[in-house]
Amino acid sequence: MKKLAQSLFGYFDERFKLQGLIGYSKHKMVPEHEYSFWYYFGGISLFLAAIQIATGIMLLLYYTPSIESAHESVQFIMSSVKFGWLIRSVHSWTANILIGILFVHMFSTFFLKAYRKPRELTWMTGFLLLVLFMAFGFSGYLLPWNELSYFATRVGTDVAGSLPLIGGWLKTLILGGPSVSQATLSRFFWFHVALLPLAAFFLMGIHVLLVQTLGMSVPVKIKDKKHKEISFFPDFIYKDALGWTLILFLIGVLCVFLPWEVGKKADPFAATPLGIKPEWYFTFMFTTLKLVPSHVLFIEGEQLVILALMIGAAIWFLAPYLDRKAARDKPSPLFTWFGIAALLYIVAFTVLTYAVPKIGQ
Amino acid sequence: MDRRRFINIFAGGSFAATLAAFLYPVIRYVLPPKQAEAVQKKVAAARTGELAPNSAKIFKFGSTPAVLINTQEGKLVAMSAVCTHLTCTVTFETSTGTLFCPCHNGRFDMAGHVISGPPPKPLEVYDVEIAGPDIFVSKKG
Repeated sequence: MKKLAQSLFGYFDERFKLQGLIGYSKHKMVPEHEYSFWYYFGGISLFLAAIQIATGIMLLLYYTPSIESAHESVQFIMSSVKFGWLIRSVHSWTANILIGILFVHMFSTFFLKAYRKPRELTWMTGFLLLVLFMAFGFSGYLLPWNELSYFATRVGTDVAGSLPLIGGWLKTLILGGPSVSQATLSRFFWFHVALLPLAAFFLMGIHVLLVQTLGMSVPVKIKDKKHKEISFFPDFIYKDALGWTLILFLIGVLCVFLPWEVGKKADPFAATPLGIKPEWYFTFMFTTLKLVPSHVLFIEGEQLVILALMIGAAIWFLAPYLDRKAARDKPSPLFTWFGIAALLYIVAFTVLTYAVPKIGQ
Repeated sequence: MDRRRFINIFAGGSFAATLAAFLYPVIRYVLPPKQAEAVQKKVAAARTGELAPNSAKIFKFGSTPAVLINTQEGKLVAMSAVCTHLTCTVTFETSTGTLFCPCHNGRFDMAGHVISGPPPKPLEVYDVEIAGPDIFVSKKG
């Protein structure tokens, strides 16, 4: 048996130069210090993305992207297909956990100033990946064609439609027509299973390549202190795998005790149900839209919110180039405070959505 | 202009033109074709006596939802049910006698005016007419 394994390895090594790859992984070192706990969130994100690909491909077997039968096909998956409830619940729960982990990964990277030179592109591709995964969430939310997702899509696409200059064009491009219809479902399906995965593969490839090439960033604070190093393979990967196992366990528990609901089939001519809200990661924007009055000076409230969020996102995206102090390996408290303000705003408004549902009424 | 520069411009221009020739159909394909919407000016929204005072009914008006309300005073009013904020469908709240949008808490009175919340414009109000057993709703003017 051992001989067979050795000869098989030899066969592939001769063709793929595996020894070189293994040698590289063994020699590649990862810094270990008081903040290295935060490094593992990147690996967990990648693991969760792999779960999404696997479960997404499986769901394609029974899902039909038509407004007449989408809801019924999801119900069929949940109630008739063996383990259908498990596959769909894993897909839905993992989508939400993945976005939560991506937020943790992004904020920890921000506070440790890991975006500083030469890791600007790692930061920027990472930010784009978060936006992309939120788009995955938004497009996937409509696919079961239930009433919550139907109205969330109407609101979400109207927000896109109120962007200055390109709003109308963008809304038509997303909706495939003037309102949420069959064309929208077809497009969201297309975004979700074709266009977004293609873009995600491309960006993840660059992001992981940059992480591998540049290695892990050591925070400014402890950069000059002596710290331990562990090998990427097997030490770091083993620790990473422990994180993957724990998160997989959590997903399993959630799916068994709280399987994902199918909801009521969407009726475009019914009143919007009370207590409607989008997925949790959009609620901070949703509550902001609730609280801002219809007009602020000469500008419509919703346009003001969109403009402010876009400016904030642009500063966030360009942080490696704007934070000149961090680029010179110096502490940059101004950006730390900007990060704290952003975090407090997102957390406070998300909590407000659930704690005070009648806010702004 | 020397020969090398000419070839560079020619080859670069050809490449750009080829790219545009590929991209243009792709962009036009992705943008949906404009479809003529059936313009509906008048619909039978309900039967007379169908709505008790202080109740409402959402009905299809063209491609959008509209609402017919029988107010507490027994007056029939109709208006668009699409909130002017972010297009959710409003609902009639019997306790307050107002139209409420649950998405961002916009509130409108029986004349379609915004009472509170973020909607920037009033709801479009329609004409109501009773003809025989039916209540007809039509666009103003």
